[in-house]
Amino acid sequence: MAEETENKVKPPSRQYPDPAKKIEQEVKTTGHSWDGIEEYDNPMPRWWVWIFIITIVWSFGYWIAYPAWPGIQSATSGLLGYSSRANVTQEIAEFEERNEVFFAQLNDTELDEIREDDELMRFAVNAGGSVFAAQCSQCHGAGGAGVQAAGYPNLLNDDWLWGGTMEDIHQTILYGIRNEDFPDARWSEMPAFGRDGLLDDEEIDQVVHYVLSLSGSDHDAELAAAGAENYEMNCASCHMDDGSGDYFIGAPALNNQIWLYGGSFEAIRHSIYYSRFGVMPGFAERLREAEIRAVAAYVHQLGGGQ
Amino acid sequence: MSSADQTPPPLYAKREPIFPRRVKGSFRTMKWWLLAMMLGIYYVIPWIRWDRGPEMPNQAVLLDLGNRRFFFFMIEIWPHEFYFVAGLLIMAGIGLFLFTSALGRVWCGYACPQTVWTDLFILVERWIEGDRNARLRLHRKSWDFEKFRKYGLKWTVWFLIGMATGGAWVFYFADAPTLFVDLFTGQAHPVAYITVLILTMTTFLFGGFFREQICIYACPWPRIQAAMMDEDTLTIDYRFWRGEPRGKLKKGELDPNQGDCIDCMACVNVCPMGIDIRDGQQMECITCGLCIDACDEVMDRIGKPRGLISYMALSDQVDEQAGKPPKSVWKHVFRPRTVLYTSIWAIIGVGLIVALFLRADLDMSVAPVRNPTHIVLSDGTVRNVYDIRLRNMYPEARMFVLSVTENPDLSLSIQGEPSNRVMVGPDEQALLRVYLTAPPDTPSNTAERSNLRIWAAIAEGTERVYSDTVFNGRNQ
Repeated sequence: MAEETENKVKPPSRQYPDPAKKIEQEVKTTGHSWDGIEEYDNPMPRWWVWIFIITIVWSFGYWIAYPAWPGIQSATSGLLGYSSRANVTQEIAEFEERNEVFFAQLNDTELDEIREDDELMRFAVNAGGSVFAAQCSQCHGAGGAGVQAAGYPNLLNDDWLWGGTMEDIHQTILYGIRNEDFPDARWSEMPAFGRDGLLDDEEIDQVVHYVLSLSGSDHDAELAAAGAENYEMNCASCHMDDGSGDYFIGAPALNNQIWLYGGSFEAIRHSIYYSRFGVMPGFAERLREAEIRAVAAYVHQLGGGQ
Repeated sequence: MSSADQTPPPLYAKREPIFPRRVKGSFRTMKWWLLAMMLGIYYVIPWIRWDRGPEMPNQAVLLDLGNRRFFFFMIEIWPHEFYFVAGLLIMAGIGLFLFTSALGRVWCGYACPQTVWTDLFILVERWIEGDRNARLRLHRKSWDFEKFRKYGLKWTVWFLIGMATGGAWVFYFADAPTLFVDLFTGQAHPVAYITVLILTMTTFLFGGFFREQICIYACPWPRIQAAMMDEDTLTIDYRFWRGEPRGKLKKGELDPNQGDCIDCMACVNVCPMGIDIRDGQQMECITCGLCIDACDEVMDRIGKPRGLISYMALSDQVDEQAGKPPKSVWKHVFRPRTVLYTSIWAIIGVGLIVALFLRADLDMSVAPVRNPTHIVLSDGTVRNVYDIRLRNMYPEARMFVLSVTENPDLSLSIQGEPSNRVMVGPDEQALLRVYLTAPPDTPSNTAERSNLRIWAAIAEGTERVYSDTVFNGRNQ
């Protein structure tokens, strides 16, 4: 430190060379001044200019090689023949070719054996899921819960109108329900007891109470007892004495907690008075057999399959 | 301001090539050691092996993007644990703040890949073409055989270094020995070749031709760093009060009326950024310390004390000019700002280490299926469905057992499984559809909503994890 002090000359009052002076000497301004703020006129680096020029040259090549100029019917197609639409078409074709192996396997496998093959089942559930989203979810809901108010059945629970085995579900999807296009469609028809005058209003109220009693729902025991006879005469042939219904003729079970159109007094009364006539399209002519099998496998694994 | 008589300045500036002279000294030696160490780490790490068991990769550091696993010696990071990587990045960021506020652009001068590779490229240039003056001569010379031969050789070596750089990079993402063979037999994935090509070209161009322009024009970091430096930050500066007025030696003697600077241009000639440090701290300076080495060498030769150019803080300049002794380095480095940065850095670091050691090697995430919210079965039972993901972060297959607590009404079953047990493969995950059911007339069945806890435990072990969720009853 002592040595340093010895050599020290009187420091200049400002750093040398004066930074402000240096800027004035070397950098000009554009001459624009806004509220005293001026703009330096620094030159651009030359490599930047070269990149700018290269991009312009590149664009000419791009115009020639790729679709560029719009015409009246279409754009110029370009020497490379690139088309995003053709690429998508090709990709779809590639995927379909790969799926074809699985679709063929689905067709060759017994319905009940599909879920025993893990890989095939995984394919069926994914393929069936996308078919379901496109064709079925409008009525049955994206999650398969149906819409009770409109009589679209819930596919997640353990009760089925027409049976919940793979064979049953496959048959239903293939030909639909109350569908005149297919002779093999599921078909059943309940009489409209009130509208057609088969039972009077009092008798219908009694039958409704009897039906409510079958599932242990809230009911009037006296009216229910009075309705028993009419139930046995008019209803039991399809819905059975104990209300367990019949999958084979599509007669819903009345003795459980699941109601297609709702389990309230009013909903059941409406069903007996006017009857119900829910329909479902058949998909035999809309979807391929393998797709129907896939969607059957998908519905079967939603939680209610038998 | 503008006057008509001035000729307009050129719109575009050509780069002035820089030919840094060779320099010897403590900073240069340290930089050589750092260069060797960092390049060594970069090239060697992918080749270190680490035994993780028969079904796992045995590369110590591996970013397995295809299987979404990060391996770092004994640590394995799954994608859902990416917060560890985020934490490391935050630590790296705060670490840079700390170093910048304490030591200025120390990252730029010593550790930045741009600096390290440029240093290496300049070394190659010097071996082939000679030192500054020889290189300048060669540069100004018209093209002849010697220039062609030397430039061609230089560019070839640069290109090979670039290839080695890009080549080493891809080894971090796949099994290095396998990929090494594949790269040379043409069997590697096109992405590997494209990555190698891009990194080869960027290394070749950035290290060989762009050099300081990357720091000046392309890199945002120097601009940000300026905001973190204050009057206590140690940067490199010139003691102008000692050096000025500068003047050449006359007959080998220093004029008693002049300062210590003999205007030998040593500091300018060694500067890789092509600046004159005697103009003071400036935007281009990466604080690499080479001008200090160059000036100290000259000061030794003319018998003056070292340190005409040295690391100092802005406040030191004021103190020294006023004749006061400068603050010690420790006082510059330990101040509230750096202590705060260190504390934040350390808290995050300790937090990450604690989290790393506390984490279980199994994990479960539970996603209740909400379309529909609940399902009523024919006997009145209410069922809720959950998508459960089990992760077995362990190199062997293990049996997981699922159970429910906090709610005695509920029973659990797994779709497609006969029991509540499921086998998950080594280092794999399983996606399960799980049913919880509440029998009729139980509180959970009739309530709007009830709480529960799902446990996943290892069948033959003590480890288990849980996830809290809710069950929707029929009155939802």
